[in-house]
Amino acid sequence: MRSKAKRLAATSVAIVTAATVLAGCSGSSGSGSGADGDTLTLWTHNAGNAAEYKVVQQIVDDFNASQGKYKVRIQAFPQGSYNDAVVAAASARKLPCILDADGPNVPNWAWGGYLAPLDMSGSETAVADQLPSTVGTYDDKLYAFGHYDVALTMFARKSVLQAHGIRIPTIDRPWTADEFTSALAALKASGTFEHPLEMGTGGSGEWWPYAYSPQLQSFGGDLVDRSDYKSAKGALDGPEAVAWATWFRSLVTDGYMAQKGGSSPNDDFLNGKSAIEWDGSWDAAKNAEKLGDDLAILPPVDFGQGPKIGGASWQWGMSATCGNKAGAQEYLKFSRKTQYFVDFAKATGTIPATAAASAQIPGYQPGGPYEVFTQEARKFAVVRPVTPAYPYVSSVFEKTAKDILAGADPKKALSQAADQIDANLKSNNYYAG
Amino acid sequence: MTTLLPRAGARPPGRGPRTAARRRERLTALGMVSPAVLLLLVFFVIPVVLAFALAFTSARLISPTPAHFVGLRNFTLLFQDPVFFRSLLNTAVFAAVVVPVQAGLALALALLVNTKVGGTNFFRTVYFVPVVTSMVVISIVWMFLYQKTGLVNHLIDTFSLGHLHGPDWLNDPSTALPAIIFMSVWQGVGFHMVIWLSGLQTIPADLHEAAAIDGADRWARFRHVTWPGLRATRTFVLITITIDALRLFTQVNVMTQGGPLDSTTTVVYQAVHTGYDQQQTAYASAISLVFFVLVLAVSLVQRFLTREKD
Repeated sequence: MRSKAKRLAATSVAIVTAATVLAGCSGSSGSGSGADGDTLTLWTHNAGNAAEYKVVQQIVDDFNASQGKYKVRIQAFPQGSYNDAVVAAASARKLPCILDADGPNVPNWAWGGYLAPLDMSGSETAVADQLPSTVGTYDDKLYAFGHYDVALTMFARKSVLQAHGIRIPTIDRPWTADEFTSALAALKASGTFEHPLEMGTGGSGEWWPYAYSPQLQSFGGDLVDRSDYKSAKGALDGPEAVAWATWFRSLVTDGYMAQKGGSSPNDDFLNGKSAIEWDGSWDAAKNAEKLGDDLAILPPVDFGQGPKIGGASWQWGMSATCGNKAGAQEYLKFSRKTQYFVDFAKATGTIPATAAASAQIPGYQPGGPYEVFTQEARKFAVVRPVTPAYPYVSSVFEKTAKDILAGADPKKALSQAADQIDANLKSNNYYAG
Repeated sequence: MTTLLPRAGARPPGRGPRTAARRRERLTALGMVSPAVLLLLVFFVIPVVLAFALAFTSARLISPTPAHFVGLRNFTLLFQDPVFFRSLLNTAVFAAVVVPVQAGLALALALLVNTKVGGTNFFRTVYFVPVVTSMVVISIVWMFLYQKTGLVNHLIDTFSLGHLHGPDWLNDPSTALPAIIFMSVWQGVGFHMVIWLSGLQTIPADLHEAAAIDGADRWARFRHVTWPGLRATRTFVLITITIDALRLFTQVNVMTQGGPLDSTTTVVYQAVHTGYDQQQTAYASAISLVFFVLVLAVSLVQRFLTREKD
């Protein structure tokens, strides 16, 4: 009995001590992380995306086979928890050497000291040859690059548009705001569609700023004043922005669009529930397969300042704490072969970041049905504000846009949003340093 | 707890084998308690202390500059934040409705399934099923039920013979919070039914029999036998429901993200949203600190009101 009790106590004390020691170790590990000698760790967000994951694996396998010095090991995360994993790893100083990041987060992560500047000179593809929106720069330094981009676009059925006497717009002559409104009115009047327009309002998170801030920009507003990134006043709550918000809400009050759409907007469009869908180029292949020649890929509406779409998708970078930066750069340079740009774009149905890669992908060559996306990405893409404050701005914009759709007073909601962003910028000393 | 003390005190202190036995006991106690203490330290005490400290700094989730002391800045901002007051109001409304409704409904169900007729086990199980289902799953299912063309509105349409049309429950600022309240009560009522049931079964049957012989009707028996017999259970149910209600988060996070127009934002949801989505760790800590003080105050008041008066 007695020895039993002693053993129990001793074991417990041992466990407690061990746990404390372990905790202590992880807290005080040295300066480098993500590399064990010449074995480098790579993190990617596409555990749930088999096609894209396979390309990453292919590049890593090719890299490991191409030379004997470095070895790259992949760890994949589901997209939903990827950012949290990176933030947690960064606070524990356990970031991997190589990681991917969603484009708009790159400035925040660069400023926060997660990412290190890259030198990609001497790789097969020059950075200058890429679509500008696929290059992640902050403070004039290169921090990340992507193999592909996506483009916002509208999908419709040619037959439906023609039946209602609606002109099919082109890149050179997109719809104007008035044309768009009368198209929606005609579609609504036909009685075939309860909500002729589907803009994915059932979604949440980054989709909101990605999908709707370009419309705000086309009206002449913006998320922040990009001249010095020190205020949102004027840009987010000026008369242009109020015009945008009023229009946005009118889509709901006029019955053109649901305040909160369904959970699978693309299926709703394909099933004929909506006539026009504001969506991304990633659904183009699926739509073309279902609708064939009847599919119309429409450029965004010009609300005054020209059509706009969001730019930047997932990009690759190197962590600032990487214990083997030479190896990480070596891998990143290796991944910049045209072949891999082609593979990524093919696997994900996205726009290849270089012209050399486009030429090799069916549909994206000059004259192909998807060339319009490359043109859109070149002509209309606006990257989301390049500031470490972006995650905050994005979250405020999402809430404000949702409130506006729900009937908040446009002017009041926008000026409150601008105030909040300004307060955040100020209390963080304008994200200097 | 208190009944153990006299025995320990009666023991003559510090003599021979008794001391050894006590030492052994103490060692055993230490061994037994250490896993729990360790877990509490790591997952409760340390985070709470950290949150308290962070609330007075400029800490951010991602930042190249280390946090520094900013005094009461976060609290000044907080008390000027209209969303925070909306969160407080929503949380208070939620608790004020859920506590009496859920406790009352649970008691009614407990009384029903406590009767000695066949099939009570079946009903007990049915009422308990939502409790063992994950709140996330329930929230997602109810999101479909609450859609404009969802089952709830179909039922309203059918039973009113087409005279009434339900609103778009979760997208209408005036119905979103009531919709969440209704669902939460439905989900939680089974758990408290079981608690009431255990309380009901501690009341000796002969008390009921004696009362019946004395000519007390059902209501009088409930009023003078059952209700006083449930005193301890009542306190427990009241306090657990209150704390649960004040912590409202999951349903809001899944179903409405605080919208539309802040009609469903709650204190905990706002803390998580500002802390993670907006990376404002210090501000979120300040919210948590205020929340902690409020919950503590409510609990103390409840303890005072339900204290043993004799």
